[in-house]
Amino acid sequence: MPDETGNQKPSIEQHLKACGVSRRSFLQLCTALMVTAPVGLALTQKGSVLQVAQAIGQAKRPSVIWLHFQDCTGCTETLLRTSAPDVAHLILDVISLDYHETLMAASGAQAEAALRQAMEENAGKYVLVVEGAIPAKDDGVYMQLAGRPGVQVLREVASKAAAVMAIGSCASWGGVPSADPNPTGAVGVDSVVSGKPIVNLPGCPPNPYNLLAVILEYVTMGKLPALDEFNRPKFAYDRVIHENCPRRAHFDAGRFAAAFGDEGHRKGWCLYKLGCKGPVTHAACATRHFNEIPGVWPIGVGAPCVGCTEKGVVWQMATFETVPIHLATPPDTYPPIYSTAGRLQVGAAALVGAITGAVGGAAWVASQRFQSSAEAGVTRVAADIAHAEKLKGKPADKKED
Amino acid sequence: MPITRRELFTSVAKVGVPAAVVVTIGKDALKTEPIPVPNAAVGLLYDATICIGCKACVAACAEANDTPPDTRSDALHQAPADLNDVTRNVIKLYKADDGSAFSFVKRQCMHCLDPACAAGCPFQALHKDPETGVVSWTADKCIGCRYCTITCPFHIPRFQWAGFNPRVTKCEFCSHRLDKGLKPGCTTVCPTGAVTFGPRPVLLLEAKRRIQSSPGRYYQNRVYGELDNGGTQALYLSHVSFEKLGLPELGPESVPARTLRWQRRFYQYFALPALLYAGLVQVIRRSLKGHEQEAHEREKETGLRAQL
Repeated sequence: MPDETGNQKPSIEQHLKACGVSRRSFLQLCTALMVTAPVGLALTQKGSVLQVAQAIGQAKRPSVIWLHFQDCTGCTETLLRTSAPDVAHLILDVISLDYHETLMAASGAQAEAALRQAMEENAGKYVLVVEGAIPAKDDGVYMQLAGRPGVQVLREVASKAAAVMAIGSCASWGGVPSADPNPTGAVGVDSVVSGKPIVNLPGCPPNPYNLLAVILEYVTMGKLPALDEFNRPKFAYDRVIHENCPRRAHFDAGRFAAAFGDEGHRKGWCLYKLGCKGPVTHAACATRHFNEIPGVWPIGVGAPCVGCTEKGVVWQMATFETVPIHLATPPDTYPPIYSTAGRLQVGAAALVGAITGAVGGAAWVASQRFQSSAEAGVTRVAADIAHAEKLKGKPADKKED
Repeated sequence: MPITRRELFTSVAKVGVPAAVVVTIGKDALKTEPIPVPNAAVGLLYDATICIGCKACVAACAEANDTPPDTRSDALHQAPADLNDVTRNVIKLYKADDGSAFSFVKRQCMHCLDPACAAGCPFQALHKDPETGVVSWTADKCIGCRYCTITCPFHIPRFQWAGFNPRVTKCEFCSHRLDKGLKPGCTTVCPTGAVTFGPRPVLLLEAKRRIQSSPGRYYQNRVYGELDNGGTQALYLSHVSFEKLGLPELGPESVPARTLRWQRRFYQYFALPALLYAGLVQVIRRSLKGHEQEAHEREKETGLRAQL
């Protein structure tokens, strides 16, 4: 058994050799990691697969404790459901998964003892992976683990962890259990645990390579990757799915599937109008597919993205509701060289007509009045003459009127 | 009819002086003055033969200038029909009616060596940077008269009609980016190199090199903007006629230079205003004479003093 300092733990390379893992499949895993995090990780910035393999090989196997709360075990399944059984084995050989309720053979008191042992042996050094939302309402009575509320177990295990990874949407902010009316008061890890570095890896399920990349970055480089405002690692969550979607050309050309099974849907057109949340969902699914099989991800198989990595989208918006496009980009059409000026609008034409009519009418009325004032002028001259005659004392030859 | 010596001199002066003035001024007015190129003139070279119409530059422009996407005609896309109050750069498509030819064209401010918008602006809100030659707009000086939108022969500056505090929008060569040593947004993303940025003389040489190395490829073997409208800092190469791309044939003299050339002459030696004033005086005197005569007759008839 390893001692307190963990010095006796073999390096990853030694362990893989002992397990009989071929160098070839280890290099394949390293390549997959470089594809998972092409930018944003110090580990994969090394330039070549061999350098990455060397860095990982020299590191000690990280001790990982995996706790389950309110979950469907889908996040565990995504780790195990690799396209070839070898890959899952390889992942489990690279990390030292010391406690995992689904995978371990022990149960009952044995399992509890295993957890305590794992915590004590690697106190302050193990990585805690949390799967599932934590029921926090009423002091966490809605979930009991070995006779204790789950929230207490999490606080205790997290207190001795080096870092906490919240895998899946439930652990990140509450996920499905936190959907309205949230009877158990389900919350994410960061609402319960404080004082420890927390990395959220939302997704339903998340891509297991993201978890592996974060853990290996931590054990080889000694630091966590850059995180965004929701504590999601930027290397995997910096872009929205829409940006790299293989169906993007159909969006730009205005070709949308209008109903499931219609012609557009069968032809693989854009799923936006079926409620795809790709334009607002930050995730790397569009470029890093699942189970190591190209095309295996929701949009790839014709299902609109539900926005499972976004707290405000999944389980908050209706499935078929369309999202606003925040970053509208040019379409696949072009304006002509000489754009025609605005079209004639009925309202504007009527207004102009009314104004023209009013001015014209006013001008006509005014002209009539000018005429009469000219006549008045003639009358006034006649009056002047009559007045002058009177002053001269002669009788006026015209009656003034 | 005999003519007195005085009458002869008067009529000679009446015809001769204006004729002399007009001839002198008209001769001056035909002279054109060369337009100086700014020392550090930056430029943009657009080659329509390479452009694939991807509109990456349109999106990059909006991002660099932090302008909202124009989604008025299409809620999902940034689909401006032309340059407008939020669009400083647009890619348009020319298609011949019979489908025999087509070309994309990028439209943005030409940054003329002698900008008509700046000449038309009464308060120099639009002005040309003496060093880089960038034509930009200053909010503090603008009175919103929109002369710039009318004077520009390329119809580039656009007015924000819908705003309470409207601005004039036009490409300013991303001068906020140039200050940081960055290139204008639209020139950083072109995947084919159809849009390039650099000093104007360098780009002019490059354009001429392209024409020389591919004879017959370019329309009239000519760089639009080298001399057009007195020279512009945005240079164009194309395989179809420039007019089809919406670039008018303006000749080598800039629009403001042509106007100014005549306008200045109107006030040369203050001769034309003086002539005009002399003519007006003549007209007034003549009608005043008639009026006085009429008043006099009226006074005689009525015995009352005429009131003017």
